[in-house]
Amino acid sequence: MNKILHKKRLATDVYQMRIAAPLIASERKAGQFVIVQIDSHFGERIPLTIADADTKEGSITLIFQAVGRTTHLLAEKSVGDTVAHVLGPLGTPTHIEKFGRVICVGGGIGVAPLHPIAQAMKAAGNELIIIMGARSKELLILEEEMRKIADELVICTDDGSYGRKGLVTEPLKDFCASAPKPDLAVAIGPPVMMKFCAETTRPFAVKTMVSLNTIMVDGTGMCGGCRVTVGEETKFVCVDGPEFDGHLVDFDNMITRLQAFKPKEDAEHHRCHLEEIAEKSP
Amino acid sequence: MSHPTAEQLYTLAEQQLAALTTPLKPKDRMAIPAQEMPAQDPTLRRENMQEVALGYSEAQAKLEAERCLQCPTKPCIKGCPVGIDIPGFIQKITEGNFADAIGIIRENSLLPAVCGRVCPQETQCQAPCTVGKALKSVDKAVAIGRLERFVADWERENGLIKTPHVKPDTGKKVAIVGSGPASITVAADVRREGHSVTVFEAFHRPGGVLLYGIPEFRLPKAIVDREIEELRAMGVEVITDFVIGRTRRLTDLLKKDGYDALFVGTGAGLPKFMNIEGENLVGVFSANEYLTRANLMKGYDNRAATPIFPSRKVAVLGGGNVAMDAARCALRLGAEEVHLIYRRTEAEMPARVEEIAHAKEEGIQFHLLQNPTRILADERGWVSGMELLQYELGEPDDSGRRRPVPVKGSECEMDVDTVIVAIGNDSNPLIRQTTPGLETSKWGTLVVDETGKTSIDRVFAGGDIVLGAATVILAMGEGRRAAKAINELLARS
Ligand SMILES: Cc1cc2nc3c(=O)[nH]c(=O)nc-3n(C[C@H](O)[C@H](O)[C@H](O)COP(=O)(O)OP(=O)(O)OC[C@H]3O[C@@H](n4cnc5c(N)ncnc54)[C@H](O)[C@@H]3O)c2cc1C
Ligand code: SF4
Ligand code: FES
Repeated sequence: MNKILHKKRLATDVYQMRIAAPLIASERKAGQFVIVQIDSHFGERIPLTIADADTKEGSITLIFQAVGRTTHLLAEKSVGDTVAHVLGPLGTPTHIEKFGRVICVGGGIGVAPLHPIAQAMKAAGNELIIIMGARSKELLILEEEMRKIADELVICTDDGSYGRKGLVTEPLKDFCASAPKPDLAVAIGPPVMMKFCAETTRPFAVKTMVSLNTIMVDGTGMCGGCRVTVGEETKFVCVDGPEFDGHLVDFDNMITRLQAFKPKEDAEHHRCHLEEIAEKSP
Repeated sequence: MSHPTAEQLYTLAEQQLAALTTPLKPKDRMAIPAQEMPAQDPTLRRENMQEVALGYSEAQAKLEAERCLQCPTKPCIKGCPVGIDIPGFIQKITEGNFADAIGIIRENSLLPAVCGRVCPQETQCQAPCTVGKALKSVDKAVAIGRLERFVADWERENGLIKTPHVKPDTGKKVAIVGSGPASITVAADVRREGHSVTVFEAFHRPGGVLLYGIPEFRLPKAIVDREIEELRAMGVEVITDFVIGRTRRLTDLLKKDGYDALFVGTGAGLPKFMNIEGENLVGVFSANEYLTRANLMKGYDNRAATPIFPSRKVAVLGGGNVAMDAARCALRLGAEEVHLIYRRTEAEMPARVEEIAHAKEEGIQFHLLQNPTRILADERGWVSGMELLQYELGEPDDSGRRRPVPVKGSECEMDVDTVIVAIGNDSNPLIRQTTPGLETSKWGTLVVDETGKTSIDRVFAGGDIVLGAATVILAMGEGRRAAKAINELLARS
């Protein structure tokens, strides 16, 4: 069960893995995720988006950045090893239909969950604009795959090492401001990026879907640890989401909640950092 | 009074037992002192996760059993949800025949080591006990639960648990969703008849609430694991990391995977919140989340990767077992102060009396007739306190109960950094949302007939998913009923 069939490094600390999970592969739809646990006794349960699936091979593809304890351990595994626990597919699938002109914005590792959604949007007959952003060229992932399906592709890097220099919100704003106006935007990436994408599209009234990656425990709606405020309501990301209307999500609360288990000093530091980014953003 | 050690209680019981002069008349039996449950010293146990109640010695068990009057009317049996022959097994204990005692219990109950520990005996079998009535206190009733635990532990510790006999294969297949007490019961009862049984559990370890909710210090996980091993030894297949409704739909199990019948025992796993201001601040947890991190994910062990929130002052909202467990866990995980806030009085608390007593001994501070109105935040969005409103008991209502009514203007603040909400659970909507035609009540529980059958043919359900958050013994009873119906259905078709 859950044997690693293929492993590839996509960028610094970013890995792609194909894992044998036939049932998940056949049931999964764009926008869904799995919960992964490496160690049966003392491991933690973390959510990872299903980036792709191959029903013939009976495998799912995960793309992850080695940032925490579990993702580091996962990155150390090799082809032939098994992942102790993979639960899924979880979450409500993305609502796919022919909207017209759809603009997909992916930041950093967020390009991975964006890819299956962009694919499905394209397959449903939408005109597809893709904006991809990364800190620098070597952190950019899935460029080839995205180029294949995009009608128009814009790449941004923070340091200007590739594509346009600057944040993804700049081209996003340009697309919103010029005719024909996009019918839907999908933004996936770091919380701050999603927040500012939503702020960018708000004045243009372009509906913006975001995919939230909160702290999770069970992933089945049992604990409420993943809850976020959407509009006036509390929603559980693992069952009601992970996708929500970005114009209704309380990002500040979500970003604070993501800090819950980091030492408090860390959280304060993060907060200052966020404010810094916020000042720089449009 | 200082805390008596187990040795002191054991020695005392030896002396008391030796002093008994047979034959015992009812008056003599009533004069035997009720045996106290030996427990870890409160000052020590609040620092560890090991079991609090240590169990009777043989002498204690025999003495306690001698207190039973063997009433011809057997009122205790009527109080037992699964109708165990209580005087029957108690009689065997007085004879020192523990093997027969546990045999009698096992005729009706599959999980005696669990039920002996977690059943609310004081409202079930021990409530109508003649001895308790005569001595005018349910605390003085024969300690049926402790005796049940004693013989169950005796059986397990002596390696005497026998794997039940399984009839030859029938070729029929049954799928069970969830692995809590309801599901464990169905699995055993259906497998015994020779049907093949597969249990699907969403979590990475089977056991349901017994594992992820009830803490180690109240129900050692080795006991739960043992029950699951027993199922495996009978040939039950247990598949973890499998969530019905997502990995596979309920109806696919019937239509595509060839199962002849299904049992849904998915429990009441949807945490309720208070819907007050500040509930999404950092530091507010559902009891489910807090307990899962602490128990299933072993947050109490520093080898665990799952983090536990570093709390100094904790407020737990609620008065049931879940609230007591969360409060006592928080204490063991390092909180300096733990406050329990409950809207009514102690008499209305749904928790087992023993847990309430243990919680108090450990230093949990009870705040009764109070309810939070909002949770306060510091400038970073972390919990910094809570606003409470005082209540008083109003005029008796039609049922004669005095309802708590808020005292106007009585708001006050409490300084806390963590709030754990333990006000109950609704049922998880996943199965009903993904199973067309499955009838549910307005509370989201599954509607079943008197055999445990749902609105879909061949699909049965029981436990908390039918009753709403209830008890282990009721879940087991429901499992028994559904298993019987499933076995009858499979025998016919
Ligand atoms: C903290 C706490 C303390 C308690 N203390 C006591 C006590 O002292 N005494 C007492 O009698 N009762 C107590 N209870 C209540 C008691 O535990 C429950 O009534 C009982 O466990 C219900 O059993 P069940 O079999 O219906 O479901 P559960 O034990 O809830 O098990 C359900 C299982 O189904 C799994 N599941 C859910 N959905 C799916 C799905 N779609 N696919 C696959 N698997 C799924 C869940 O992961 C879970 O493992 C307590 C409950 C809690 C939470
Ligand atoms: S009611 Fe009490 S005294 Fe009477 S048989 Fe039952 S346990 Fe014994
Ligand atoms: S992760 Fe537990 S409810 Fe979503």
